[in-house]
Amino acid sequence: MDITIAALLAQDGITNGAVYALLALALVLVFAVTRVIWVPSGEFVAYGTLTLAGLQLGKASGIAGLLAATAVVAGILEVVRTARQGDWRRLAPRLAAWVGAPLAIAGVLVLVAPLQPPFVVQIALTLAAVTALGPLLYRITYEPIAEASVLVLLIVSVALHFALLGLGLWFFGAEGSRTPPFTDASFEAGSVVVSGQSLLVVATSVALIVALAWFFNRTLYGRALHATAVNRVGARLAGISPSFAGTLTFTVGALVCAFCGVLIGPITTVYYDSGFLISLKGFVGAIIGGLSSYPMAAAGALLVGLLESFSSFWASAFKEVIVFTMILPVLLWRSLATHHHDEDE
Amino acid sequence: MVARKLATALAVALTVAPAPYALADINVGVTLSATGPAASLGIPEKNTFELLPTTIGGEKINWIVLDDGSDTTKAVQNARKLIGENKVDVLVGSTITPNSLAMVDIAAEAETPMISMAASSRIVDPANPKTRWIFKTPQSDALMADAIAVSMKANGVQSIGYIGFADAYGDGWLAEIKRSAQTAGIKVIAEEKYNRNDTSVTGQVLKLVAAKPDAILIGAAGTPGATPQKELVARGYKGRIYQTHGVANPDFLRVVGKDGNGTLLPSGPMLVWEQLPDSNPIKKVASEYITSYEKKFGTRSTFGGHAYDTFLLLRATVPDALKAGKPGTKEFRTALRDALEKANVVATHGVFVMNANDHNGFDNRARVMVRIENEKWVLVK
Repeated sequence: MDITIAALLAQDGITNGAVYALLALALVLVFAVTRVIWVPSGEFVAYGTLTLAGLQLGKASGIAGLLAATAVVAGILEVVRTARQGDWRRLAPRLAAWVGAPLAIAGVLVLVAPLQPPFVVQIALTLAAVTALGPLLYRITYEPIAEASVLVLLIVSVALHFALLGLGLWFFGAEGSRTPPFTDASFEAGSVVVSGQSLLVVATSVALIVALAWFFNRTLYGRALHATAVNRVGARLAGISPSFAGTLTFTVGALVCAFCGVLIGPITTVYYDSGFLISLKGFVGAIIGGLSSYPMAAAGALLVGLLESFSSFWASAFKEVIVFTMILPVLLWRSLATHHHDEDE
Repeated sequence: MVARKLATALAVALTVAPAPYALADINVGVTLSATGPAASLGIPEKNTFELLPTTIGGEKINWIVLDDGSDTTKAVQNARKLIGENKVDVLVGSTITPNSLAMVDIAAEAETPMISMAASSRIVDPANPKTRWIFKTPQSDALMADAIAVSMKANGVQSIGYIGFADAYGDGWLAEIKRSAQTAGIKVIAEEKYNRNDTSVTGQVLKLVAAKPDAILIGAAGTPGATPQKELVARGYKGRIYQTHGVANPDFLRVVGKDGNGTLLPSGPMLVWEQLPDSNPIKKVASEYITSYEKKFGTRSTFGGHAYDTFLLLRATVPDALKAGKPGTKEFRTALRDALEKANVVATHGVFVMNANDHNGFDNRARVMVRIENEKWVLVK
């Protein structure tokens, strides 16, 4: 191996690591606020790429159908909830938020897609559509059992993962898609060629991480989420609705995942079932951060990306083995280094 | 554990027992991989079974199609169910080699003929007495690997690199190309593995390019074959790139785009039937199938052709078997097996000439070399 190859591998590892880092952040966020281990996060990544690829071909029927279907289910749940409370005046705003807004996004998608809008508009539409799925699925699956144990929430996550996998096959088909690169530019730094695409992925990831940090530390809503993550009961006593915090968390989480999907689309071919492995690597990163520390999770994800890249050069047949075996010493170290305590079981 | 239980519950829910079928009809039990990793192969097969006529030789024929989700255990369950509950006269499937190999024992035990739609020659290995009951429609990898080696030799290639799936498909191709290359005097100087869902193959490709082979063979099926190809082009690899017939579908062309131009691959003749000479009998059969398939489902897939070829085999052999006994009886199944072993049928992928030692029956007529030019398949004459 010479320096050129090492630099190329590092570049590849950092690019993938940046995407894993975003996913790791989403996983940590969702777990911290709602205690949900968000297994289906990968499906949101895959939906992101596949929706954008569909828009490239002027098609949006898949994601629009999925949005409409989930909106209808959420609407039924809201009607049931309102009927139980007997306060019918609240039905209209609830339906507007849970059914009206997603249907509007689905409608815009179906109308605009055949017009082949510019790339930026396509990305915006993709982000809007996939992000809208996050709170909707939270409303349908997790919110009614928000107080259940971590294990029950995990079981629901696994079920949702399988359901979304099946729906992905149904709506997007079995074949993979790629999106065109954002840029064909490349820069020469000495003997090493740095592709503009990689720079863009890393830069956007860093920007998004900074934006998230700003959101949590500087804005009211972000601080509310932060408070819920630190102490759920305390936050509730301070007037932060857990249901609102959950909805907001899943909106942010879905947005980050959709963003990952858009970033990864030009780098690799994405299938309806690609998401799981990508999110699993983000998860390894999140585990390195103990599912609680954002900087550690991001660093862990970067490490996963680099390890993956270099092991694919030296021993491609054992690449996944090497990446996932790394979690063992990490778990060992964490269980020895941290004092174990049951938080809320 | 939780995941497995849920998966089982889902699988059970998805395969509610179909209504019982009358005994006098011919029952064909099909299990294929319409979901899971092999879905891009299984779906066109499933579509094809929807197109098939419901009578053969004046006898009503029931196509009972089940999905095995690309899972070996589920394929075995499906096969047992089709034989035990539906009393099928012939078993068709599955889409992929591991599933088909697992079904061999069941078909042989029940003395029911089985036609596989998977490629490996081990499925019909004449050394295994159980394969007396087993036939298969796709070309063996060996036949295709030879075609690649011949083409490489003609193009003056002396050394090759290989990158393929880290699974049975990739390993099988590596073994075959090593054998074929050795016969042709070509050296395999680098071999790399990758996974279908890998986000990057940069590491493997850098290593391949550094070995400087004259040509590189990518052993992959479907659109994942585009990942190393695009990376090779991005890394400025100048040698020839070969693919296997596993990528011969329109989605591969869509994903690989202009980076695919110049690539060579072997394929069943149906892929380029329009370019075949009129004297080729395969042209007529393939045009009939593809015209009706494309009318209903859009674009052709060579995998659907394997499913259609099982129908062509049955259409040619069932009338003979009907003379020996009624459907649903052991006599009928035995006669059908005997007829299949003597089959001489022009199909979409080639011409089946079966005998006791060859339950595939394909020869050189079942392969053509194809080049990708301007994002289209072009027959290499």
